[in-house]
Amino acid sequence: MKKFWGFVVKEFYHIFRDKRTMLVLFGMPLIMMLLFGFVITNEIKDAKIAVLDLSYDPTTRNITNKIASSGYFQIQEVLTSDKDIESIFKKGFVKEVIVFEGKFEEKLYKTGKANIQLITDASDANQAKLIAEYTSGIIRAYNNELNSAYTMPYKIETESRMFYNPETKGVYMFVPGIMAMILMLVSALMTSISIVREKEMGTMEVLLVSPLRPIQIILGKVMPYVFLSFINAVFIIILSLTVFNLPVQGSILLLLAECLLFIVLALSLGILISASTDNQQVAMLLSMVALMLPTMLLSGFIYPVENMPVILQVLCQMMPPKWFIEIVKGIMLKGVGLDMLWFETLILLGMTILLLSISARKFKKRLE
Amino acid sequence: MDAIVAEKITKQFKETVALKEVSFQVRAHELFGFIGPDGAGKTTLFRLIASLMLPNSGSLKVLGLDPVTEFKALRKKLGYMPGRFSLYQDLTVEENLDFYATIFGTTIEENYDLIKDIYSHIEPFKTRPAGKLSGGMKQKLALSCALIHKPELLILDEPTTGVDAVSRKEFWQMLKNLQKQGITVVVSTPYMDEAALCDRVALIQKGSLLSVDTPENIINSFKTELYGLRSVDMYNLLIQLKAYAFCENAHLFGQYIHASFKGELNRNDLLNYLKTKGIEDVEITGIKPGIEDCFMQLMVSNETLETV
Repeated sequence: MKKFWGFVVKEFYHIFRDKRTMLVLFGMPLIMMLLFGFVITNEIKDAKIAVLDLSYDPTTRNITNKIASSGYFQIQEVLTSDKDIESIFKKGFVKEVIVFEGKFEEKLYKTGKANIQLITDASDANQAKLIAEYTSGIIRAYNNELNSAYTMPYKIETESRMFYNPETKGVYMFVPGIMAMILMLVSALMTSISIVREKEMGTMEVLLVSPLRPIQIILGKVMPYVFLSFINAVFIIILSLTVFNLPVQGSILLLLAECLLFIVLALSLGILISASTDNQQVAMLLSMVALMLPTMLLSGFIYPVENMPVILQVLCQMMPPKWFIEIVKGIMLKGVGLDMLWFETLILLGMTILLLSISARKFKKRLE
Repeated sequence: MDAIVAEKITKQFKETVALKEVSFQVRAHELFGFIGPDGAGKTTLFRLIASLMLPNSGSLKVLGLDPVTEFKALRKKLGYMPGRFSLYQDLTVEENLDFYATIFGTTIEENYDLIKDIYSHIEPFKTRPAGKLSGGMKQKLALSCALIHKPELLILDEPTTGVDAVSRKEFWQMLKNLQKQGITVVVSTPYMDEAALCDRVALIQKGSLLSVDTPENIINSFKTELYGLRSVDMYNLLIQLKAYAFCENAHLFGQYIHASFKGELNRNDLLNYLKTKGIEDVEITGIKPGIEDCFMQLMVSNETLETV
């Protein structure tokens, strides 16, 4: 046991003495959080829109005023013909055109139903989606207001050209994704590199000849990163609590436990990568391509899984981050407990055990 | 009991045969050297002994243990210093030594006597990162680390390669001292002059052992008279000598060409032959052969054997 701790202490020396390692470990999570939080913002503020009011009656003017005073939008132009719609989009600064159908008020009060069309500039698909969503939100609010004043239900129908995905509602969506990404990167990338470095430097040769057992070497390498990754997870949660005011709805303890599980999973992936190469560059590339890309693209972090082709959806099911992100979302945003998340947790646990046993088997006791 | 007994061990990497049916014994408390050029198979052989690789065939016993099946027990009794400097560059001298002591289940204090002679040279720099030491000091540190658990057998793969002449001399003195303390030392080197410092040496070439004996016996076994030849145009002389009908072997060693001839050397015949080739200022003296001459001779006869 003393041998093992000696090994762990040595590993900490390596980490604390290498400035780049420290930067990746602690600088990157902070930068990523702030980047995603502030720069890549999903909020809409003063988005420029145009209005094509074919009816121009009190109701449509009311709605237009509501939208204009919401703070989210700024009415840039008032159109007179639907022929203008395309030309104004081509100019590029208007993001949305709101079209009221002719005889809007008349239709609303006679038939109880009137239509508004929202046309968005979908060259920036995510923003377009949000703008349409915000607009219909305002219109819906107006509709409710209207209905409370009258006993008869009137219905203003908004027809949006964009598909609305309810999961994109929270602007805090990125926190679970970032968490998965950082934990994956720190755990898998750093361990695989640090094991491969020993091979490259020739120190592995001496370690193998020593009485240390392979499992002690692996655990000794992995231990510090479990610890540091865990600190990172806590750090991310604190950041999202304080800087972004995103409360954790569910149990923090459960969240931390799930983080730990995911860290161990990522670490076993790292060991697996290190077992398959003797070269730091290859290890880095493998970690990046095999871990980062799926974490970002196939996990529902950036692109919703539901919108993918079936083959990719199947692939997503095999990606550990996908399950982890679901768990974190569940705990942080929805506040559900293990009774709802046992299935996802079980899958992560199964993956961990599988990966650990494969990587322990693949670790060589000799040089060949 | 012999420290190492190897019988017909063969090691193959895909196409290349690194070791061909190599057999030898290293006696206990011996300073045993493997001498041979780069790529002769020294490192592979040492890795087999250190249980880091498995032989394809043949039997190997190290300290009475089989490196294939009993590697766990063996690794406790073995000190291994690989050819490449393999300590942690970012750890200080003291941290490196402490780390190796810890993983071998001992402490620096416990075995300080053993490494005192060596470690005292580098102790003034104990807070310096190992990566910033000079070549000679690096090797001393590596040796200290390999010794810290008091091994019965010490295997050193080219410990003096890339080390200056003074440090090399010191290093060999240290090995002698370790031997006196009862440790069997097996060392490999590409430097022929270091062979004379071993109790026994094995000359290794292309995966085969050419000869295993004491340095004296190897030199004594040199079969023919050896001559040193010198001229202004050494290069031309070497070419002409190799073309000479009675020349058996000719190699350039420093300022002289070492040559041996078939049968008794007829000086006049040789001088006349060289004169016809335009070389007139030849100086011929009889010299005592060294290990290197023996190696060359064995190598040539080994190669002719192979071609036959």
